[in-house]
Amino acid sequence: MTRIPTAPPADRFAASRGKSAFPWILTAAFVASVVFSLREAQVQPGVLFDRQAAANVARLVAGMFPPQLSPEFLALMLRPALETLQISVMGTFIAVLIGVPLGLLATSSLSWSGVLHERASRRGRWLLGFVPYAVSRAVLSVFRAIPEYVWAFMFVRAVGLGPFPGVLAIGVAYGGMLGKVYSEILEGVGPRPLETLHAAGASRGAIVLYGVVPQALPNVIAYTLYRWECAIRASAVLGFVGAGGLGQQIELSMRMFQFDEVLTLLGILFLLVAGVDFVSGRIRARMA
Amino acid sequence: MYELDGVRKVFAPGPAALEDVSLTIGRGEHVAFIGPSGAGKTTLFRILNLTLRPTAGRLRFDSGDASALSDAALRRARTRIGTIYQQQNLVGRLRVVHNVLAGNLGRWSAVQALASLAVPRVAPAERALAQVGIPEKLWARTDELSGGQQQRVAIARVLVQDPDVILADEPVSSVDPSLASNIVGLLRDLSASADKTLCVNLHTVELALAYFPRIIGLRDGRVLFDLAPDKVTDELLGELYVGHGDAELPFERMPGDKNPYGTACRPLRGFTR
Repeated sequence: MTRIPTAPPADRFAASRGKSAFPWILTAAFVASVVFSLREAQVQPGVLFDRQAAANVARLVAGMFPPQLSPEFLALMLRPALETLQISVMGTFIAVLIGVPLGLLATSSLSWSGVLHERASRRGRWLLGFVPYAVSRAVLSVFRAIPEYVWAFMFVRAVGLGPFPGVLAIGVAYGGMLGKVYSEILEGVGPRPLETLHAAGASRGAIVLYGVVPQALPNVIAYTLYRWECAIRASAVLGFVGAGGLGQQIELSMRMFQFDEVLTLLGILFLLVAGVDFVSGRIRARMA
Repeated sequence: MYELDGVRKVFAPGPAALEDVSLTIGRGEHVAFIGPSGAGKTTLFRILNLTLRPTAGRLRFDSGDASALSDAALRRARTRIGTIYQQQNLVGRLRVVHNVLAGNLGRWSAVQALASLAVPRVAPAERALAQVGIPEKLWARTDELSGGQQQRVAIARVLVQDPDVILADEPVSSVDPSLASNIVGLLRDLSASADKTLCVNLHTVELALAYFPRIIGLRDGRVLFDLAPDKVTDELLGELYVGHGDAELPFERMPGDKNPYGTACRPLRGFTR
């Protein structure tokens, strides 16, 4: 038998609207968690406005203006800006290299269940399908459970300062996310075209090529571009742990109290992020 | 082509979808299956195209026992059976040419399949699309076509596949009624000219009676009758559909002059609601 995904029952939400206690429990839990966290997280809005803090803020803001726009400084910052862009591109590229194979293995409909495996023996399915499936899922969740910031910290220890640990950090952390989302996209493709190809004697590879890939590709590309947008923001943060790019320059300027340089760098970062958003948004719109 | 002997299919849990179905379908024969929804027609077709195995009973395809086939032999056998489905089972995002050439996938290696996506050899696809009457749609995106056009693309794919048997499972139920007889006629003519076996599952009794020399009525998973259209009486049809006052009614037979099996086609009474 082939596996056809069942739609969620339409009355799932309607049911909870009746006399169910669920909405009340949820509301109570929410309020309780906010109250509890407010105290434990030491949220004291007053601190933001006391005299010492206000003076600090004033000094920071005053130091930012006018922003440092001298040609020498801008020329010097061209390289870190480019570096940030390059970190995000290479990081995303490595993430794709990790995400595609692991994502394919982590897709149950490709690795062990469904029309592609109707004739496989139970043991064959278990060994060749389910074991790699479970292992790749576990690897993917480890990769994405550890934040890219922490990965960068470890890679800086491993390979030294510079952009390379940043690339690796984004590659591994985002590889975990891409693999997970790819497998969800691949599992969600319409099963009917696959059954049709299967019934006409197409091989497993041909079914993937003609049935799975064309259905999944637009979503896969769109999500990858979205991750690239996130990567450029992340690559700025990674600079703070010494992984190169604009972030490292921001951190240096901060430490030397050159807030006018910080403002310029933030402006450059803004332009970069906005530019990447624009490009990837245009590409995604073209594919929709 | 097919020999079924006491075929039974059970989907656990529940009553049998098919019960003791015994049939012989000869090479080049044209057969229409009719019956109320839930009678087991689709299950039977999925057994005939070798994607479902019978729970019990014997299925012989081209005088070989279908249950004894190895994986490779099963794949080879499937390439000789072309199935056209009720819903559009095409990949909407692919261009028509690739959906049509997908009929070759049973004989192509993965490399050939990949190469065709990049540089398709269009001649066979062009020929097939011309046969189904939409040659101009070669490079159209499949999901931009109407339901009837997509059904023609599905037929063109089966033509490229060039099987010995064509199974059409409710090929016209999602098509404008005025196009339905067009498509059924197309299927019949194409099968006749290439001497292919054709089995069609039809909701519309009038089309079955008009176009097919052999009518098999299924009800509750059993064969109720297996007759020439002129032997299919109003009483038999009433028995076939009794208790199923659903979408298949009302129907009327075609006027005699349009019908190749003319004598059967007196207007039916007693089925209008």
